[in-house]
Amino acid sequence: MAGLELLSDEGFRLDGRRPSELRKIRLRLGVFDQADGSAYIEQGNTKALATVYGPHEVLGGKGKPLHDKVIINCQYSMATFSTNERKNRPQGDRKSTEMSLHLQRTFEATIQTHLYPRSQIDIFVQILQADGGNYCACVNAATLAIINAGIPMKDYVCACSSGYVNNTPLTDVSYLEESQGGPVVTVAMLPKSEQIALFKMDNRLHVDHLEQVLEVASKGCKDMYAVMNAAVKEHVSRMAKSMECS
Amino acid sequence: MLTSRSFVKKTRKGGVMKVVREHYLRDDIWCGSAACTKCPIDKPVLEKEPVPEVENTLCSYPHYLLLDTNVVLHQVDILEDKAIKNVILLQTVQKEVKHRSLPSYKRIRDLIANETKRFYVFTNEHHRDTYIEIEPKESPNDFNDRAIRKSLAWYDEHFKDTPIKIVLLTNDIDNREKARNEGRVAYTVNEYVKAMEGRPELMDRLAQIETKERERKANDSDITAPGGRNVLYPEHLSSYEINAGIKQGRYKKGTFKASRENFREGYVSVQGMEKMVFIKGLANQNRAVQGDIVAVEMFAESQWTAPSTVIAEDKGSKEDVLDEDTDNSHIGPKKGAVPTCRIVGIIQRNWRPFCGVIMPAAVKGGTKHLFMAAERLIPKIRIETQQYETLAGNRIIVSIDSWPRDSRYPLGHFVRNLGAIGDKDTENEVLLLEHDVPHLPFSEAVLSFLPKLPWTITKEDETVREDLRHVDICSVDPPGCTDIDDALHYKPLENGNAEVGVHIADVSHFIKPGNALDTEACSRGTTVYLVDRRIDMVPDLLSSNLCSLRGGVERFAFSTLWEMTPEAEIVNVRFTKSIIKSRAAYTYEQAQNKIDDKSQNDALAIGLRGLLKMAKILKQKRTDNGALTLASSEIRFSMDSETHDPIEVERKVMRETNSMVEEFMLLANVSVAQRIRQEFPQSACLRRHPVPPLSNFEPIIKVALTRGFELQVDSGKALADSLDKANIPSIPFFNQLLRMMTTRCMTQALYFSSGMLPEDEYLHFGLASPIYTHFTSPIRRYSDVIVHRMLAVAISADACFPELLDKAKIQEICDNLNYRHRMAQYAGRASVDLHTQVGMYSSLPV
Repeated sequence: MAGLELLSDEGFRLDGRRPSELRKIRLRLGVFDQADGSAYIEQGNTKALATVYGPHEVLGGKGKPLHDKVIINCQYSMATFSTNERKNRPQGDRKSTEMSLHLQRTFEATIQTHLYPRSQIDIFVQILQADGGNYCACVNAATLAIINAGIPMKDYVCACSSGYVNNTPLTDVSYLEESQGGPVVTVAMLPKSEQIALFKMDNRLHVDHLEQVLEVASKGCKDMYAVMNAAVKEHVSRMAKSMECS
Repeated sequence: MLTSRSFVKKTRKGGVMKVVREHYLRDDIWCGSAACTKCPIDKPVLEKEPVPEVENTLCSYPHYLLLDTNVVLHQVDILEDKAIKNVILLQTVQKEVKHRSLPSYKRIRDLIANETKRFYVFTNEHHRDTYIEIEPKESPNDFNDRAIRKSLAWYDEHFKDTPIKIVLLTNDIDNREKARNEGRVAYTVNEYVKAMEGRPELMDRLAQIETKERERKANDSDITAPGGRNVLYPEHLSSYEINAGIKQGRYKKGTFKASRENFREGYVSVQGMEKMVFIKGLANQNRAVQGDIVAVEMFAESQWTAPSTVIAEDKGSKEDVLDEDTDNSHIGPKKGAVPTCRIVGIIQRNWRPFCGVIMPAAVKGGTKHLFMAAERLIPKIRIETQQYETLAGNRIIVSIDSWPRDSRYPLGHFVRNLGAIGDKDTENEVLLLEHDVPHLPFSEAVLSFLPKLPWTITKEDETVREDLRHVDICSVDPPGCTDIDDALHYKPLENGNAEVGVHIADVSHFIKPGNALDTEACSRGTTVYLVDRRIDMVPDLLSSNLCSLRGGVERFAFSTLWEMTPEAEIVNVRFTKSIIKSRAAYTYEQAQNKIDDKSQNDALAIGLRGLLKMAKILKQKRTDNGALTLASSEIRFSMDSETHDPIEVERKVMRETNSMVEEFMLLANVSVAQRIRQEFPQSACLRRHPVPPLSNFEPIIKVALTRGFELQVDSGKALADSLDKANIPSIPFFNQLLRMMTTRCMTQALYFSSGMLPEDEYLHFGLASPIYTHFTSPIRRYSDVIVHRMLAVAISADACFPELLDKAKIQEICDNLNYRHRMAQYAGRASVDLHTQVGMYSSLPV
């Protein structure tokens, strides 16, 4: 691979992480009052905001209500100021449409859709700052927002990406690492049952290495889960306290 | 554990862009010392009681060394000595060295990998306490120096409760003073090495940087230095000016090649220009050394000159005058003038350690000597040494350090003494070093992957391999060959066709991808044949025993089996891994005799005759296609069996059986090439021979014309035909001479990965084959090992692995193989030359 040495011989990545370390995570639940559920997450310099509306009746002429389950409507967008060069269109381009579809698939697989027949849930995710692993940040933010909205899910969905450099798998790749052209595997996973909700791969990776890389990605998902779970618990206990007070 | 800090950076990519990157500063990077009680380290690198090997009068206390960048850059030779141990290398230093000089970086990486040297890399830029930010208006150099001092302070603090001290070694006086002012221990390398008891010869190995550095700085600023010495050479342009000039087209980039005839002349092969550009005069050459990548400025046509007809050797009579007649000012182009240029700057140096001899000092008993490299194209090098008496008459290695403007010759330092001139081992060593042939004995790690003796064929092997032990196979090789990698058989079939088999030693069975044995073989690339010595690519156990298809023993082989019609048309081809038992290992001569002896009618004799018949048809077909038959002056030595001295020189005799074996090897290679190309369209390891540009043929066309023959060079076929016609009955050697010269006009054949080139460039010009590879000598060529692996995957005999599919990786291997292959050829030729000379010398009447 040309140019940068992504992993030094001493085992450090360019930003000082070791191969198996996630970036710093900061998150908050319930950032907006008007939406039914919302959450904000920072994974390093990638920042994502998710809001959830619903379940509510099916609005507009877009989709027909389904008699046995809820319609999940996902919309992914990137703020115009989220990248190095200002973006012209926050959504509607091919990449965003694809991302929306991926998100929809992921959450159709995890939300208990049969509980709300003939209704709809809207999930809006926006990337405020992009620095690699956008999909992962979106999934994690959306999961928190759904939990915040009180919609029952089978389990958390946590997502994490991993790359492969110098025969070593790297967790949670940053934009710099993504853009070097190496393979990147993205996994969305239900951490308790270890079921995979979505699996995506960019660039070629030999099948012999796949298991190793997948292992690292799922380890990342589980670490992610631990952080998210702690945040949810803390959020709930704070809510409970404030209710007691009032 | 993590602290995060972001920093802002501007990059130039079309415009100015703001880049934000995270940087995690850690508190879990350890000091790497066994003496430390604070850091939880599993495997400390630095010793607990760092007692230096050599007593040092300056630092008689236990200490670790911390190196400055310029020390690593210029003084690797010292660092490689076993007297230097327990060294802390900072990430900052490593980064800068990598940026400035890749060869130094590689050597330092080797040092780090060597456990006995105890070099520890401290990742200071990720450490919370040693990370610093660049200050406004601070130059990168000052910033790095400050980072080094910061780490020095941290280490000092860290070890303050122990008797161990940290010593900064630097070449930069400023940095030393600053460190001392901060209360640290700092010395220059010169001071440190001088204080080493009992190793005065180490002083010679110091690069001539420190003393000259300040002088040079003064010189560069003015035409005449304050001291009064003349500045001899024009200044080099900075890399910024060069890049700008190349973009604007003012300068051109090329590789400098010194002239073999005249040391004042040279040529530059400029990219995109067919002819080499001429340079006259040392001032115009401006300190370029053979192989440097340089920037040149073309002269206007009126200033062009012609190469001189005088052969001149650098006698070095006048030290401070460069060119006696460097008047480029004569008006109007001379007769026979060629494009001429001058060198304005050096883009990349091609300096490496050179072998050669030391010359006596100008003043008797002086310490300044000139060194003459074995390679004639390298200028003399000025070195300083106290030990002339021991070095005189020996082959030594010298590195170039710098070439200041006021010095007629480059400055260098002594590295190693190889041994007495004329001693055969010494001369061989020189040869191998000059051609960069790895020739150290195989390491323990490599040997550990060899199969355990006694080696037997197991039941398991028999189930996965085809049993060809009943087939009458034999091998035909030069006399004395112990690494037999091919064997043949021929069997008439009932339908009138014949089965022909080529059996190649199954080396890839013993060398599994990725282990130390494989890596070593890959880096060696090829076996190198010197006249009296063979430098094996794989250890002897494999090359002359387990893989060698010797007569009468059972061996593993990779077999190619054809069904062929009597007209040598291929009906079908099959590849299989097999077990064979060669009936006999013939020499070319024995095989020829067996064929010619009509009284012998056993299976082998019949087989050999069948093979020879087929081979003749195949050869005819190939020649009809336009394959070239070229000649080279191959000679053989008869050796004295005890002293290994050459007794007699003779030319190699070509027998029919030589070309018979060759023909089938070609056929096997082509068949295999087609097959692996099918299976690995992107990453097949193939061999191509590019069509030589027409201009290459100019000299030979001229030569042929003097005898009245016109050579057609527009296609391989035309060339082959016209070469056949160029015969002078009275001078039988003439045709062969022409063919030898044609060989010189050819381009080199190259290995490549199929995904890197369009299909029509796969062509092998010399063999007139659209596709070609090397399959038949895996014992002595690594390319064949890769091809074996690919073919094994193609016939599902072996599992695929990632590297085989990675076209970039394969190309990388191919590039190395091309280099090694070329060097091995040169080394072989040089060895023949050496022995011819030794032979002639010793046969002189006394």
